[in-house]
Amino acid sequence: MTAHHEQSTASSPVSTVSAEDARIAPKPRLRRFHQASWDEDLIFDLGSPGERGVLVPRPDPSLTPPEIPAALRRAEPPALPEMAQQQVLRHYLRLSQENLGADLNIDVGQGTCTMKYSPKVNDQFVRDPRIAALHPLQDEDTVQGVLGIVHALEQLLKEISGMDRVSLQPGAGSAAIYANVAMIRAYFEARGELDQRDEVITTIFSHPSNAACAKTAGFKVITLHPDADGYPDIEALKAAVGPRTAALLITNPEDTGIYNPRIEEFVRIVHEAGGLCSYDQANANGILGITRARDAGFDLCHFNLHKTFSTPHACGGPAAGACAVTAELAPYLPRPTVEFDGTTYRIDDDRPESVGKMRPFLGVVPNLVRAYAWIMSLGAEGLRAAAETAVLNNNYLLHKVRQIPGVSVPYAEGRPRVEQVRYSWQQLYEDTGVHSEELGLRAADFGTHYWTSHHPYVVPEPMTLEPTESYTRADLDEYAAILTEVAREAYESPETVRTAPHRSTVHRARPESLEDPATWAVSWRAYRRKILGEGLR
Amino acid sequence: MTSAENAVHPYLPNSAPAVRQAMLDEIGAASVEEFYADIPDSVRLHRPLDLPAPMRSEAELARHMEQLLARNTSTRQALSFLGQGCYQHHVPAVVDEVVNRSEFLTAYAGEPYEDHGRFQALWEYQSMMAELLDVEVVNVPVYDGFQAAGTALRMAGRITGRRRLLLATAVDPDKLSRVRDYVRPDHDVVVVPVDPRTGCADLDAVAAELAKGDVAAVFADMPSALGIVDAALPQLAELAHGAGALYVVGCNPLALGVLAPPSAFGADIACGDIQTLGVHQSYGGGNAGFIATRDEEHLVAEYPSRLFGLAPTTVDGEYGFGDVAWERTSFALREDGKEWVGTAAALHGIGAGVYLALMGPHGMREIGDTILTHTAYARQRLAQVPGVQVPFGDSLHFADFTVRYTGGRTAAEIRADLRQHGIFGGVPLGDQQAAYCVTEVHTKADIDLLATTLEEIIK
Amino acid sequence: MSSRIGLVVNPVAGLGGRVGLGGTDGPQVLQRARELGAEPLAGVRAALALREVRARLAAAAPTRHAGTSAPRLLTAAGEMGAEAAASADLDARIVYGAGALPAEGGTSAADTVAAVRAIAAEGVDLLLFAGGDGTARDVLAALEAFGGRPPCPVLGVPTGVKMHSAVFAVSARAAGEAAAAWLRRDGGVRLRDAEVMDRDDDGVRDGRVASRLYGWLPVPDVPVRVQQRKTGSTAPVPEAFGGIAAEVAERVGDGLLFLGPGTTTRAVAAELGAETSLTGVDVLALSPGKPARVLLADASEEALLGAGPAWIAVSPIGGQGFLLGRGNQQISPRVLRACGGRERLLVLCTEAKLAALGGRPLLLDTGDETLDAELAGHVPVVTGRRSTSLYRVTR
Repeated sequence: MTAHHEQSTASSPVSTVSAEDARIAPKPRLRRFHQASWDEDLIFDLGSPGERGVLVPRPDPSLTPPEIPAALRRAEPPALPEMAQQQVLRHYLRLSQENLGADLNIDVGQGTCTMKYSPKVNDQFVRDPRIAALHPLQDEDTVQGVLGIVHALEQLLKEISGMDRVSLQPGAGSAAIYANVAMIRAYFEARGELDQRDEVITTIFSHPSNAACAKTAGFKVITLHPDADGYPDIEALKAAVGPRTAALLITNPEDTGIYNPRIEEFVRIVHEAGGLCSYDQANANGILGITRARDAGFDLCHFNLHKTFSTPHACGGPAAGACAVTAELAPYLPRPTVEFDGTTYRIDDDRPESVGKMRPFLGVVPNLVRAYAWIMSLGAEGLRAAAETAVLNNNYLLHKVRQIPGVSVPYAEGRPRVEQVRYSWQQLYEDTGVHSEELGLRAADFGTHYWTSHHPYVVPEPMTLEPTESYTRADLDEYAAILTEVAREAYESPETVRTAPHRSTVHRARPESLEDPATWAVSWRAYRRKILGEGLR
Repeated sequence: MTSAENAVHPYLPNSAPAVRQAMLDEIGAASVEEFYADIPDSVRLHRPLDLPAPMRSEAELARHMEQLLARNTSTRQALSFLGQGCYQHHVPAVVDEVVNRSEFLTAYAGEPYEDHGRFQALWEYQSMMAELLDVEVVNVPVYDGFQAAGTALRMAGRITGRRRLLLATAVDPDKLSRVRDYVRPDHDVVVVPVDPRTGCADLDAVAAELAKGDVAAVFADMPSALGIVDAALPQLAELAHGAGALYVVGCNPLALGVLAPPSAFGADIACGDIQTLGVHQSYGGGNAGFIATRDEEHLVAEYPSRLFGLAPTTVDGEYGFGDVAWERTSFALREDGKEWVGTAAALHGIGAGVYLALMGPHGMREIGDTILTHTAYARQRLAQVPGVQVPFGDSLHFADFTVRYTGGRTAAEIRADLRQHGIFGGVPLGDQQAAYCVTEVHTKADIDLLATTLEEIIK
Repeated sequence: MSSRIGLVVNPVAGLGGRVGLGGTDGPQVLQRARELGAEPLAGVRAALALREVRARLAAAAPTRHAGTSAPRLLTAAGEMGAEAAASADLDARIVYGAGALPAEGGTSAADTVAAVRAIAAEGVDLLLFAGGDGTARDVLAALEAFGGRPPCPVLGVPTGVKMHSAVFAVSARAAGEAAAAWLRRDGGVRLRDAEVMDRDDDGVRDGRVASRLYGWLPVPDVPVRVQQRKTGSTAPVPEAFGGIAAEVAERVGDGLLFLGPGTTTRAVAAELGAETSLTGVDVLALSPGKPARVLLADASEEALLGAGPAWIAVSPIGGQGFLLGRGNQQISPRVLRACGGRERLLVLCTEAKLAALGGRPLLLDTGDETLDAELAGHVPVVTGRRSTSLYRVTR
């Protein structure tokens, strides 16, 4: 104690507060989370006539507006809110707080989505006007920097995939799958085999967009179910291939976290039947620098830059996808590509065999910049360390979750998982009547996300967790402790779980009206007409 | 392990050797290799990836990126008259503030409880777009306006069960490429050439194509790829409906404070891109698409994209949200043309919502008026430049417009010269044709400067 | 407004199974089961289901309606329902057997039938019954007496031994949950017709138990293997009967189709424009662009053989995933061979139903070992338009 402190104590009245009273009790084992709940109005309830959020430049008074044909002139102004600026900001900041971004939570519960940390510094690069305020039709000599980044990213992804050329056009992972399917179609069309080869083979635990994109592009889809050991069924593949086979579209590791150990044989069987093989690398995060699409013999692959390469998920996009292909398929890549002659980068939009444009202009450039910066901040060793750490984290969490009563890990019993696991709460459901999705809503009370799986639920009462490399051991321990607690509640006080969430922004929704065309309300005006009975229009 | 060489990477906390070992010990594994047991040796890489040495620190990375960005010249450092699918508009600061919030930027696919804000913001986006478009159903954004057009046309195909799609107004070649590819398994795209004199739809030619039958939809853009707001847009609706086809209209939503929404002149499906509603240009990377229809079951049933709906919760006075179950309707006949739902461009939807809330009805009217006025003035002013003709004289234009050079110099040469004067613009559409664009960010003085610069270059 | 549930418990259901008797039909078997020490569980399971109903209805009720959500129960006396109701803390009105029931364990199939009739005559929103395949047959018989559509939907709480019928939920809790979902009347749950199956009256055939399809009862259709509430982050796969029908139409073209029984085949027939018989195999004439026509309803094996070569469409029957040999014995080995074997066999099933098999293979029991062997392996299952799943099928 300092002399000063002694003095002041001496001159004060006798303290009745003991050190024990001042001591802050240890925190409980689990976080007493409560999400922001602003009880915020809909934006249509806010503001009042005449309020303005921004003012708009008006033409010089000397200019006269053109005549608008009567039939094309807006009759009534749109019934948009009229709000002052701060009030708009406040409304949306409140909504932002009623949201769990990956920056805020231990986001291991949105399995298959690879919710890794998106470095803040990379966001700074894309907000720079020299990215944000570039126009895609500027002269090439004014955009050498961005073209250089896109070209360099292609070189990086070529090495990471082992492929010969890369397109960075697709707007997201599914768009990249679609682009690959379009290239497969163009390839067989060029060979005059498209009429004959109209079937695409996939597996039930591949991402469903593989089947959906193949259908969109006009192919028939054959889905393989797992064999008795839980691996993709090679006998089923043999039964499926034939002269009609155009391609195998397969995710590996699958959404169960299981790596297909016979992947080369799968590729060989399809190649022998004359088909192409396209590798959905949405789950590549655990195998960077370990194994590559080319090493397993694939002809095409794609990456989700918002998963494996760290670009933020943005509430569901904008994302970015990358297609990588062998030289044989390179002519069909979406256009344009970026070419480099040793001094200057240029856009090559003259690619006659290309499948064409997948989206406007070059691609989702801000995310290409972020992905480039992320890879450049890690390098080869860093990528491999990221993969190994993601896999370590996953198997650590698997080890922890496996010990929770009521959970199981179906398929490939006892085998390790790569970067994610699809668990099953079937036993817990049978014991307690509580569904996996109800556990998830209770988990939200502890400030976490939790995801079941795509439909239909092949794994009953599913839960899919993917820890990535971003989370610490303490983070994983906390997540496992939350699941343990929620499962305990399901056994001991199931009503707590069934009526959850209790500490989220809002309570259990009654969404039945969304099933019925007479009551669903996709907009405020639809709600007013259908539910409030207001005579609009 | 505290030496700089062995420092644990900030993004990889558990790569610290001691932590890693402790975790392995707890699992009971000897090494990480055990977890890769299913990956056969024959597909392993067996060597380090051959990548450039990393920028180890944030400072080094920032410096490296600065060197690259320094090789770009932005539209803020020049006077840009570039448009044609990507537009320079003012992005209000509040929009940037909201979309850059970590809570929105790094959220993804949570439930409507812990991600209530995302659902409400997107539902409000749908609702404000519905007001702007004068319809009751707008989807959560798809990738971009090209995708929205492709999907809207496939929806029309599923609803009518017909094969042919007529494009009646001037169409952007890249958009045409995308749409053609996307509808290919089920549809044939017929581009009906516009009247070369007016740049507008050739109604007789459209009627003739309709008469051949099997037309699922007539498609028109407002404004068209030439920037034209075609006075015949309502007549196209009559032609389409007379032939039992749907009328699908692509539109720039920023124009709808002054121009009639497509539903007002007979469109069954409206679609377009919301880049103009507060999304930065980002070298063409800032797109998101919308699709809008009346709230009729047979239309809603064909949406392949998500639609958020408003619903009660168990607590009175609480707003809840969820997905509208269009796929349960008896009309959902999607087996002949299933499309996919995936990560697309939701954050741009949230940003566009903020933009519309800031603008309000008056802002939207004023910005539409300003752009129409600037476009009209620019066309009028450039028409006074010797050696420049501005075609399609009487047609209303919004933002984009085209010129024709009548002198000896090519469009490419003129564009290069403009660039030397610090002006981006005049993208060649051919040897002697070029495209320009003006918006609310331009002033009369900017347009005058463009004109006088062209006078200097062309003379 | 509270809803009305009927409850009938077959107190002896399942007794035989737990002591290895493979069923409890008939007084002798029952006596033997009791001698072996079997304890009745049907009442316990029924109570579990009722508690689940009550809890689910309470959890789903808006706050302002809390306390008014408990269902009203109509049931039979004693161990046929009243005891289970009491055990679940639900008030019940006894509409059958008050003071007149036989002593414990003495009730019979006739009591089940009479209790169901009495309850159904009063009118209920749903009839829960606890029992096995035999009980389901009794419920079917009782409701058939009303003529036309059964007067109320039913749902089985599984307690029996032989569970081939599809009218049962997978567990007592699941029964309670499905019942609550239906009783909420919020439009989220529809009815489907589910098979009532039981051991074939001819008993054992070729050394194996064969089962027979007796009829159909409407049950609440809570989608299997999909998210229960529509508030999720993933849009579910729609039920694809229309897609399956379009695919069948394309494969068959202008031709004949033998359509086996099953909920899937019935729904597909409806999509094709034909109303097919409940339990039998129908012969349909398909023609592109026209509704399908039923040429022969409930055709026998001989009739199928006489109808000429056709495509054959079957769907997995009952809860066990039987493809052939259960409930569709008319599609005999002779018929299959005459039509061209597996090349002409269309297996129809939605992806969700296939997923609900939980990886278990589809089953064959045509009675012809050679044919079973030919068909075994991987069968393409039509799951939608231009969509098939290759699925394991074993004998």
